[in-house]
Amino acid sequence: MKVVFEKRRSRARGVLFAVPALSFMISLLLTGIVLLIADADPVETFASMASGAFGSSNGFSETLVKTIPLALTGLAVALAFKLRFWNIGAEGQLVLGGIAASWVALFFGPSLPAPLVLPLCIVAGLVAGALWAGIPGLLKTRLSVDETLVTLMLNYVAILFAEYLYYGPWRDPKGYGFPGSAPFIEAAWLPRIFGRAHAGIWFIPVIALLLWILLRRTRWGFELSIIGASPRAARYQGIAVQRNILLAVLLSGAISGLAGACEVTGISHRLQQGLNLGYGFTAIIIAWMSQLNPLAIPFVALLMGGILVGGDQVQMMMGLPSAMGTVMQGLILFPMLAGSLFTEYRIRILGGKSKQSKEACTEGEA
Amino acid sequence: MDMITSILAITIRAGTSLVFATVGEIFTERAGILNLGIEGIMLMSAVTGFAASFYTQNLFIALLVAAAVGAAMAALHAFLTVTMRANQVVSGLSITLFGSGFASFLGQRLGPAANNFRLVGLKGARFMPASFEAVSDIPIVSAFLNQDLLTYLVYILIPLSWFFLYKTRPGLWLRSIGEDPQTADAMGIDVIKAKYFYTILGGVFIALGGAHLSLSYTPGWAENITGGRGWIVVALVIFSMWNPARSLWGALLFGGINAVQFRLQASGTTIPAAFLNMLPYLGTIAVLVLMTWWEALSKKVGAPAALSQAYMREDK
Repeated sequence: MKVVFEKRRSRARGVLFAVPALSFMISLLLTGIVLLIADADPVETFASMASGAFGSSNGFSETLVKTIPLALTGLAVALAFKLRFWNIGAEGQLVLGGIAASWVALFFGPSLPAPLVLPLCIVAGLVAGALWAGIPGLLKTRLSVDETLVTLMLNYVAILFAEYLYYGPWRDPKGYGFPGSAPFIEAAWLPRIFGRAHAGIWFIPVIALLLWILLRRTRWGFELSIIGASPRAARYQGIAVQRNILLAVLLSGAISGLAGACEVTGISHRLQQGLNLGYGFTAIIIAWMSQLNPLAIPFVALLMGGILVGGDQVQMMMGLPSAMGTVMQGLILFPMLAGSLFTEYRIRILGGKSKQSKEACTEGEA
Repeated sequence: MDMITSILAITIRAGTSLVFATVGEIFTERAGILNLGIEGIMLMSAVTGFAASFYTQNLFIALLVAAAVGAAMAALHAFLTVTMRANQVVSGLSITLFGSGFASFLGQRLGPAANNFRLVGLKGARFMPASFEAVSDIPIVSAFLNQDLLTYLVYILIPLSWFFLYKTRPGLWLRSIGEDPQTADAMGIDVIKAKYFYTILGGVFIALGGAHLSLSYTPGWAENITGGRGWIVVALVIFSMWNPARSLWGALLFGGINAVQFRLQASGTTIPAAFLNMLPYLGTIAVLVLMTWWEALSKKVGAPAALSQAYMREDK
């Protein structure tokens, strides 16, 4: 008996959908076991999580508040991952977008015509996110420096820089020592549409659709998919690999920067602690769960946002630690990661005969 | 002189957990596995190690529990990335996400009923510094020899793992797995088994680093007790260019920045703390760039060539 993994010729459609669905169910089971050990009723807890996140208008608006940055950074990360550029710096790009939007709102807002303030804040966020992603982008494409580690390190530089600003020169003199900048003028506020959920939510369908069209329906998207599949093949076809990677990375950073600009103009209305809540890391997981499909990302982000809000809810209602949400997110991922094998490989159990296994190997190479 | 000795002593104390985890991650990465789950493993081992020390008052059991937790989490990473061929970055981040969430969950659940099931604010057994009378008056030297048991273990771990990696046959095999798994396989090394073994061994060392935090450096459990050390370790591995002997310098530098910062803040300097804290991260980027540059000049200094690539026998 021998277990052999065979590479599938094309990704299996049915499996693409079955793996995330099955993973979610396995995670419910695993979380249920954790809850039983922690002496809580799993059914009651899940019901409370679900009703907390989606059952009331207040809860649902909080879920949307978390969905906005998660979906935007998820889209950003997915674009970079398509090219196998491992951008794990969405967190830092988000923070820098927030800083830039705050800079415009705080220092130029009062002197600019009111209708211009908000759009300029958004543009500043886009540009700053793109520039911050441009550093690892340039290092990768010019000097072939590993981007995983550079993007990771730059997260902390960005977070520390934001800390320096709101503890230091930008600190609100009227803030009673509270670490945060002065509040923005109202012209820099993204309008609220539902509870605390703000108009930034409209960026999600727009960007998801644009990215989907870009990746699936344009020549550039076609080139990107060749680069992602095989940079060497792309080079032989005369595609400007380095320039395309850099462009995609800049775009990825810009979308994360937009998420940061939305956070400060839509939620906090100032630069303050709590801008970096780890959304950029959860985004990687969201992109992965969505199999990098831009149209799936908003829905997965909604689910993940709901789990986070549900976690807060069970803390209030049942006295369980709010970390329950993160635990559950982690437990979704493990079966999901294990399952991703089945989208690219088929498992075949062979008998003892060596002839058969040889066949399987040749087929695997095909 | 006294001040330098005391800064050095604090630096070494702060650096202990970093060295443990760095050496662990070096073993892991040498086997071609990038484990970004360090932060999660350290948090989980810190919370479980402390809980064990609280209930048993036995430090040996506490270390054992922490090491077992670290081994289990690393084994999960190995299973996902080696057997199930999952992406190493995503798997590692998931371990960190899950580990930090679960650690904070356990911290609010493992405590005694009297403390509302919380571990925060409790006291357990802890490692105490053991000094040597003979050297207690010698500056600098006394900083090294007034430490706890785990730090003394670090003094042994660094040369031992260097020797293993560069002077023994299994060490050579390990390095060859990270550079060229196909060739290692052809040489008759069981690549899959080795990847599992070194990832789990790395997890144990990372866990000892986490345990040092809750059992000695800042005894007790507090949310986010690691304060991002797991990420600094990722940087330190690069900083030491995957050589355990150099892990000491990186850890001293990073620990030293912390220690110096306290002094600077106390003396009311104008250099903002945030910029000092950025130095390690910026320094790591600089090292990465320089290393890549050197490698372009065809000098082998850096990362194992097959780092973070899944190894598939059938795809040969």
